[in-house]
Amino acid sequence: MKLSHMNAHELKALLATKEVSCKEIMSSIFDEIDKREYDVAAYIHIRDKKELFTEAEKIDNRRLKADNIGILDGLPISIKDNICTKAIPTTCASKMLENFVPPYDATIIKKIRQADGIIIGKTNLDEFAMGSSTEHSAFKITKNPHNTDYVPGGTSGGACASVAANECIMAIGSDTGGSIRQPASFCGVTGLKPTYGRVSRFGLVAYGSSLDQIGTVTKNVKDTALLLQVIAGVDSLDATSVDESVPNYCDLLSLNGKLTVGIPKEFFAEGLDHEVENAVKNCISLLEKDGHNVIEISIPHTPYAVPAYYITACSEASSNLARYDGVKYGYRATDTKNLMDMYLKTRGSGFGAEVKRRIMLGTYTLSAGYYDAFYLKAAKVRTLIAQDFAKAFELCDIIISPVAPTAAYKIGEKADDPLAMYLGDIYSVIANLTGLPAISVPCGWTTSRLPIGVQLTTRALNEPLLLSAAYRLEQLLATVA
Amino acid sequence: MSSSEFEAVIGLEIHAQLLTKTKMFCGCSTKFGSEPNSQTCPICIGMPGVLPVMNKNALEFVIKTGIAMNCTIAHFSRFARKNYFYPDLPKGYQISQYELPICQGGHLVLHTQDGERVIGLTRIHMEEDAGKNIHDNSDKYSFVDLNRAGTPLMEIVTEPEIRTPAEASMFMRKLRSILRYLGVCDGNMEEGSLRCDANVSIRARGELALGVKAEIKNINSFKFVEKAIEYEIGRQERVLLDGGRIVQETRLWDVATGVTKSMRSKEEAHDYRYFPEPDLMPVVVSNEIIETIRATLPELPEDKVKRYVERYKLPLYDAELLTNEQQTAKWFEEALVNGVNPKAVSNWMMGELMRLLNENNLPIDKCKVSPVHLTELIALIDKGTISGTIAKSVFEEMFNTGKRAEGIIKEKGLVQISDEGSIDKIVEEVIQKNLKEVERYKGGEVKLMGFFVGQVMKLSKGKANPAMVNDIVKRKLDGKATDE
Repeated sequence: MKLSHMNAHELKALLATKEVSCKEIMSSIFDEIDKREYDVAAYIHIRDKKELFTEAEKIDNRRLKADNIGILDGLPISIKDNICTKAIPTTCASKMLENFVPPYDATIIKKIRQADGIIIGKTNLDEFAMGSSTEHSAFKITKNPHNTDYVPGGTSGGACASVAANECIMAIGSDTGGSIRQPASFCGVTGLKPTYGRVSRFGLVAYGSSLDQIGTVTKNVKDTALLLQVIAGVDSLDATSVDESVPNYCDLLSLNGKLTVGIPKEFFAEGLDHEVENAVKNCISLLEKDGHNVIEISIPHTPYAVPAYYITACSEASSNLARYDGVKYGYRATDTKNLMDMYLKTRGSGFGAEVKRRIMLGTYTLSAGYYDAFYLKAAKVRTLIAQDFAKAFELCDIIISPVAPTAAYKIGEKADDPLAMYLGDIYSVIANLTGLPAISVPCGWTTSRLPIGVQLTTRALNEPLLLSAAYRLEQLLATVA
Repeated sequence: MSSSEFEAVIGLEIHAQLLTKTKMFCGCSTKFGSEPNSQTCPICIGMPGVLPVMNKNALEFVIKTGIAMNCTIAHFSRFARKNYFYPDLPKGYQISQYELPICQGGHLVLHTQDGERVIGLTRIHMEEDAGKNIHDNSDKYSFVDLNRAGTPLMEIVTEPEIRTPAEASMFMRKLRSILRYLGVCDGNMEEGSLRCDANVSIRARGELALGVKAEIKNINSFKFVEKAIEYEIGRQERVLLDGGRIVQETRLWDVATGVTKSMRSKEEAHDYRYFPEPDLMPVVVSNEIIETIRATLPELPEDKVKRYVERYKLPLYDAELLTNEQQTAKWFEEALVNGVNPKAVSNWMMGELMRLLNENNLPIDKCKVSPVHLTELIALIDKGTISGTIAKSVFEEMFNTGKRAEGIIKEKGLVQISDEGSIDKIVEEVIQKNLKEVERYKGGEVKLMGFFVGQVMKLSKGKANPAMVNDIVKRKLDGKATDE
């Protein structure tokens, strides 16, 4: 098996016995990049090859000298291009930040560097993480590695494609309304959105601040635990990060006892693709056969989740993106007559259509006279949905559901129908509205050989339970496959 | 209707820069007057992906102010974003507070000529300052200095309960005094660390409904608080008397011409699209924290005034003047030793001391005269060692050199002449030299008495005991009159 195709734990074992070196892993990854990147287009920026090999060699040398090496062991990790990396361009897939090079690292980048992960490059996304297909990048369209006629999902489409195409070993993405879980499902990889506040947002370019969360994209659940271990924890630079000790996720992976698994009846209604439904139902019966208790639960406010999500996210986005005004950094339109003209031309030509659509929606929903009817109402819906989940978790430990109503769709299929695309977020936005942790685990294939994922959700900060349940399900799926 | 039938309704919105070492949401310095953009970081220049973290000192300062101004401190308050575009506002929004401010209600008491006036406060909230646009460095470009961006501010909003420009100015002075006592703001209006906008409307006297208001901005000195409001009231009266209508608008005070000018109308007003700041947690303040902060409050000017009037029997005027600045009050209190008469200390401080401090542009804590040294001087006057007049020159010498009164008096031989024989001799000499005037005095020009006393004092270089001089001159002149 090629090194690039192995997961992080397999490689760590080989590195520990010195059977392979970081340089060899890097070299294998570059073989794959050379082979796949032209078609898949996962990356916006790949770092200088020489520099990367030097970094890998340094870690190899330290390993030979028996120095302590961080738990990421020199493995190549890709970073979504809306996370700030010092001295490495961070564009958010936008013309607005095309030439922006941050003078600082996001907190999680510092942590990855400290844990000896090697940042290989920056992956593509929908501009400013607005979209569901990675078709709304100002630079390129990322393709689904399983079939390049199809979208990889989004907005962490580049991150998920980079892992699925073996162009890195693990990836960091961000999830505001399903942006890690949905592309993970489309690309057949494991994607985790941790509890809001579990991972610092410092350095993540804000879209919907109360919904944004950095998370992981990996080849299996065990690797998810490893990468989460590195990035989780309170941060003095992020006032919304949670001041709770970080459990040892890797040691807590085996499931103790039997779970009560809740199936929200509202999630299996109209609009759910049959193949997806069958794949998820298969997971449910596997868990039932494994001795877990399966019950039907209700999330009555489900129909209001998508509107509440889009109102909240767009409102916050309209404010978060105000800083891109051409004054301080980034793109500035030329040939402008005065301040207003500079603002209008800079923002008019610097942002893409989807970003402008959401800024306008958000500006409207925050405006005098509309705030109560939209923003405030959405906030109330969030509270009601959170209450629905609190009630549900009195009855069950884990909620199982589809990640998205369908598997990956064709490139261009929904690009001009924003409403249809927004409705695809129905199962995923709820975890962001409530702040709960949720994971997407690959669970099957469509007849046209596209991956399908299943979503597990649990109580806030209970990532150990979420990961151990996902780990168990992964094992059950492997036995039947 | 004439102008005297109108009544003004004034409310103030005051911005005070907090004296914290670092900015509201990042670790940059708040020092004034540094090289442009030298006190900035990714957070205060609004780079992508950065997050604010609240300065706990700033919160403490605002709570302190709230307690001093009799506000209710909110156990739960929240930051909000105020959205608007301007080059000096790096994030495109200002982090402020909106529907849940940290302090609500409260009041300030003014002692006006018409008695006590209680001015209610609406609220005090925390926010961050913007940067500065610079337009005069180039014909082609404008520049932005973000050193000030993110400096902690508190906004203090009064109820529309101020009625005259004088009250508004008095309010500002009193507020400044309190802020300086608390050490939360230096109160420098000229440098912009204390800024004031005034909402002004007028209505017929006795009318309860409020008139249409104008908001006056750019008032940057205590003097202009009064002048700008006075002008605006006059302007509104003229509009109404001419049969016109006041429009709601924002007006700028123009220092050069002394008038207010329209800046934007209500229709052009911003919709700030306030919403709760998602990057900051709600501010939760327990009773325990409030009480801990309350315990750190100094005695405030209002309480000092009461104490000075009741305990030291000072007139209200003296008490207010002495307590306006904490250092002055401290000086006064340190002088109250050795059974000195507080009113005598007050007189010296309000007279000679203030005059000399002003002339030399010195703060009282840099004064070479110590409070105890002043009491020594007062004791010397009381004992009759020197006269009040001589004391003034002695005090000036003390002020300039830091020497003590007794030393100066000895050195310069200023001890008062209180021995009858010596004075008698001088008086005799004056009489002999001015026989013509003696004649005139005898002829009925009794006001010449002053002339003789003056001559005696002059001849004694001011050292003669004035009471004795008076007695002796009178006795001699009148005696001479009866002799003949």
